[in-house]
Formats: sequence, structure tokens, C-alpha cells
Amino acid sequence: MRALGADIGSRTIKLVAVENGEIVDFRVAEATYDPIAECKRFMDGLQYDSLMATGYGRHLFEAHFEGPTITEITAYAVGAKAVYPECRTILDIGGQDTKAIALDENGRVIKFEMNDRCAAGTGRFLEVMANALGYPIEEFGKRALEAEKRITISSMCTVFSESEVVSLLAKGERREDIAMGLHSAITRRCAAMLKRVYKNTPIMFAGGVAYNPCMRVLLEEEFKQHIFVPHNPQIVGAYGAALLAL
Amino acid sequence: MTEKYEKMWEELGLDLAAHDSLLKVLGKFYGDIYLSQQKRLRGMEYLDFVLTEIHGLRIKELVDAKKNGQKVIGTFCVFVPEELIWAANGIAVGLCAGAEAALEEAEKVLPRNTCALIKSFFGFKMARLCPFIESCDFVVGETTCDGKKKAYEIFDQFKPTYIMEIPQRKEKIDRDLWKSEVIRFKEKIEEVTGQTINSDNLKKAVKMINDRRRTLQRLDSYRIAIPAPISGRDVLLINQISFYDDPTRFTQKINQLCDEIEEKVAKKEGVVPDGTARLMLSGCPMAVPNWKLPYIVESSGAVIVVEESCIGQRNTRDLVSEEGETVDGMIDNIVDRYMKIDCACFTPNPERLEHIVSTAKKYDVDGVIHYALQFCHPYTIEAYKVEKALEKEDIPLLKIETDYSMEDVGQLKTRVEAFVEMFRK
Repeated sequence: MRALGADIGSRTIKLVAVENGEIVDFRVAEATYDPIAECKRFMDGLQYDSLMATGYGRHLFEAHFEGPTITEITAYAVGAKAVYPECRTILDIGGQDTKAIALDENGRVIKFEMNDRCAAGTGRFLEVMANALGYPIEEFGKRALEAEKRITISSMCTVFSESEVVSLLAKGERREDIAMGLHSAITRRCAAMLKRVYKNTPIMFAGGVAYNPCMRVLLEEEFKQHIFVPHNPQIVGAYGAALLAL
Repeated sequence: MTEKYEKMWEELGLDLAAHDSLLKVLGKFYGDIYLSQQKRLRGMEYLDFVLTEIHGLRIKELVDAKKNGQKVIGTFCVFVPEELIWAANGIAVGLCAGAEAALEEAEKVLPRNTCALIKSFFGFKMARLCPFIESCDFVVGETTCDGKKKAYEIFDQFKPTYIMEIPQRKEKIDRDLWKSEVIRFKEKIEEVTGQTINSDNLKKAVKMINDRRRTLQRLDSYRIAIPAPISGRDVLLINQISFYDDPTRFTQKINQLCDEIEEKVAKKEGVVPDGTARLMLSGCPMAVPNWKLPYIVESSGAVIVVEESCIGQRNTRDLVSEEGETVDGMIDNIVDRYMKIDCACFTPNPERLEHIVSTAKKYDVDGVIHYALQFCHPYTIEAYKVEKALEKEDIPLLKIETDYSMEDVGQLKTRVEAFVEMFRK
């Protein structure tokens, strides 16, 4: 029995195939301007018995493929419980959404918070800022950790922050220091959201932004505890969806 | 209906082309949200009719009434004691302001971070889109929040606006203030209508409006039943229409609908399958045609079974006492009834929290959705206390802050669906 979970995010598509609760295959691709064409290409040749879609594009996916849908929130809860059974709090920072989820001891969602329509404090924010500083996104967190001081970035709006970055560069500030300032700003915002659901319980950090080492360091500083980051933080939602498809 | 009423709209000063496109959008929206529902009650046909004729037949009735010397008075808030208007042979219409209309016109005057409701009534007036506003002899504003209070000052330049001061606390001194405001309003109505409010016409008006409240209470009483016999969307529409339809006709039609619902409940028939999540809406009012959130909720596998709102029990919960034979005594009854309103503009406002908790239990809801208009400080801030009160009772809450635009529908849908998924067995 093979189940497939598809997480159609705003920036990337994630597919996870599960057999007997274990991940046997996974793929990640850019969502592009035509996520359904991308999914079709992506799923070509994949064998599965059942399917479940999640993410921003779940309803679009549902219209093209047979299979029910579930929200990212429930999918992350199920995925998190499977990769980190002690987990009671999830911070998921994706391309366009940030979510904080509290679970009960059985892994059921008891409360969640989500950013509103603005993409401040999401992966997209980091992407724009990395670009403004001339860093590839994969290197952004690592370079921020090389900062010698912390610059306070006051604006959280992606557009305003970008102009703030430009004026800091014009003042002769080091790129690494500005990068750290930006990471601190986004951490403050996400931590505030997480604190609305947090009850001193183990935290898992997931979503594409969890690949960023600086974010994890700053979150651990803020919450004064070890924060669990799964080996492939981006596919937790798709994994959860696959488990629910079984 | 366009051609039939074009002359009337023109005489009212509407911008015909813009109004025509507004009606087209409204019609499409109504079809998608309302007419697509399964197992709809027969009695909803009347509501469909009234809604389709929202700017047609009802306006014609108002225009005809005005020709016969009656005055039409527009209101924006459940605090306005409409009994006094009806007693003086006037007609009270609750103005809607539930759609994003001529936003750029409204924003020429108002700051961007003003709530959608205020921007809406400005937009409707400035773009000449609302035949109700144009039919009114004057409108009644009130001091429920700073946004409305200051906006009415400016609105008065476009439409004569009479302001009632709403107290902010519930001490004796506040009741005294409110009583003097009710008396001042009575005098204003008498002056405008040329009619004297006496014990006879006031008694009749009190009974007529109480009857309307009683029928809406009756409607809600059936919604305790499982499965839900009527959709939340339909009840929202009924409540919305109660603000502008003729009260006596409305009461009679809703009573007929209630008879139909009573039969359904007896047969344990509902509009949703067993196990559908039951939710309560709490918070800001939703004026016509603001059906956005209820539609999202009810297309996500849940049903709304009760509203703690101005378009729900905040407006229908309390009756005016029908005791007393003198005008003075009746005014006191009116003052007492309206002082019970638990709007978030009051401080402190413990009654609202008690009502939310007790209603959630009575209707056996799985969770509560707190709906607040963005920039509405009274409700967005009070949401924190609502959350704490419900946490104590282990009743899940989803807080939503939004406006009339459609840009956040995707995100709202994710939140609402995730909330509903919490209740799947």
C-alpha cells in the first residue's frame, strides 16, 4: 500500500511517497506559474494507491487529480508527530505563510495562528532580502552567522525593509551585519506568533525556512531551548498528507 | 428589474451606470452564495424575492410612502430606538454598508486605515449608489466608536446626520445620559414628522418591533436542533433583511418559515449531514451583502448555528417591556432595553463574555469564530478577553480580522478549514 502526499506551496511543490508509515520517495520542485503542469510532470510514472493534497494549491490540485485535501495545518501536525513524537509546538515558515501550531499529547491541533495577508515574516521576505544583499538564498543564514554586530532593522514590511537595507549599505555597514539584523527582525515576528500558542513544550521548526541555520540559532536564543529541525524540514506537510491518505 | 425602476432611481439621483453594474455583481454573488444551496427551505423564496428587489420594490414602497407624507429615517446601528420612528408614522431603515463601493471616493475623505463599514457608507453616498440613503429624510448616527463618530461629522455635509450619544459605561449616570438622548431623539422625530408620539402609537410600535424580535428568537430556537434545520447563511440574510423590510410583513413571513422549520425539526431533517461541525459567529455586524465569511465557513464542512452579533442575538435577545400605559413609562422601558446591548463599545463589558459562553453551550457548538473588521478597535481588542473566557471553558476559538475585499479569501479558507478539521471525529 503506497500513499502519496502532495504539498502545493506558494513557492515549491513537495511530493512524498509513504509505505508502512515510512518515506520511500520524495521530490521537491519549484511551483512555477503553472503548478498543475509541474505536478503532472512531477507525478509522471509514480505509482500510488491513495493520494492526499495539502498546501496553498490544494483545491486546484483536487480539481485535476483524484484525491481529497487537508489544510497545511493538519498536515504539518500529522507529519510533525511522525518525525518528532514529543513535538507539541510547530513553527512552519514557508514561502508565503508562517504558521504556529499547538498540539495536544495525541498530536491533535488545539490552536493555531497564521500570518495575515502580508508576506512579512515569511520565506519570501528572506528571499527578497538575500537578493538585495547579493547572497544566494542557501548561503544567507550562514553568512548572517558571521556577523560582528547586530543592526536593528525597524521595518517588517518587505518593501520598506528593502529600502532600509539599501540605505544601510550606503552607510557602509557590512553585509553580514545587515543580514543578521534581517534575521533578527523576522525571528522577532515569528517568535511573537509562536508565543501566542506556546506553552513551554518541545518545538519543531519546519518549512523551507528551517534550512536556514541562523533562524534556528536565533529561535533557540529566544526560547532558551533546543529546537528540533527535521532532516528535510520542507517535506513535513507532504509527509503528513501522505500519512493521512493511507 | 432594471428598466422598471430606472426612472425612480434617476429621480433619486443615482448614478445609473454604476448602479447597474453594482446590481449585476450583487446578483451574481447572490446566485453563487445563496441559490446554489442544497435542501433550501421553501420559505426562503420570500427572502430571495426581497433581496432581488432590494433596490426595487422596497424603494418604491418608501418613495410612495413619502408621497403620502411619511418620513424615512436611516440608521446604522442597533442602538437607535426605532420604536419612536414607527410610533410617529415614520419608516426606519437600517442602512447596509456591507460592500466595498467606490473605495477611492471614500479614501479621498477618510484615512486608509478606517474600517470597511465606514468606508462603505461613504463610498455608497459619494458615488450615488444607494437608493436607501437617497430616500432618507435624514440619517441617525451614533457614537459607538471614534471612527463612526468622527466620520459622521463629515458625512453630515453629504446627508443630514443626526447624532445620538451612546454611553460607554453602564452606571446610573450613563442610563441618565441615555434617557435624555432618547427623549431628545423623540423630540427630533416629532419635529420632523409633525406627529405627536403618544401612549397609543408608541404602544403599537413597541409591540410591532417586539413581535419582529420574537419571531427571530423563535427562528433561533430551532437552530439548537441537530442536524441544523437552516443554514447560517440563510439566517444571516433573514437578519439582514429584518433591518429594511416592512416589520409586520416580515414577521408574518418569517413566522411561516418557522412553521416549516418546526416540521423539519420534528422529522429530524437538516440541511447538513450528521457530524457537520457546528460553529458560532461572534463579533462585528455583517451588513448586506457581506456574506464572505459565512460562505467560506459553510463551504468548508461546517454550519453556523448562532450569531452573537448585531445581525444576530445582540439585536434580538432583549424585548422592550410591554408593561406601562404612559409615554414616560414606555420611554423608560425603551431606555432599559437598549441599555442591555452588550456592544464592545462599553467598558467594562462582561455581559458580552457571559453571553458568548452561555450561547456557545446552549447551541452545543464545536467552536466559535470571532469576526472583527480590520481597524475596529472595540472588537479587535475585546477579542483577547473573548479568547480567555472561552479558553476557560475549553471552547476552541478562531479569530478572524478581515474586511470586504476578496484578496484574503484563500488565506481565510485555509484558516477556517483547519479550524473545522480540529473537530473531525
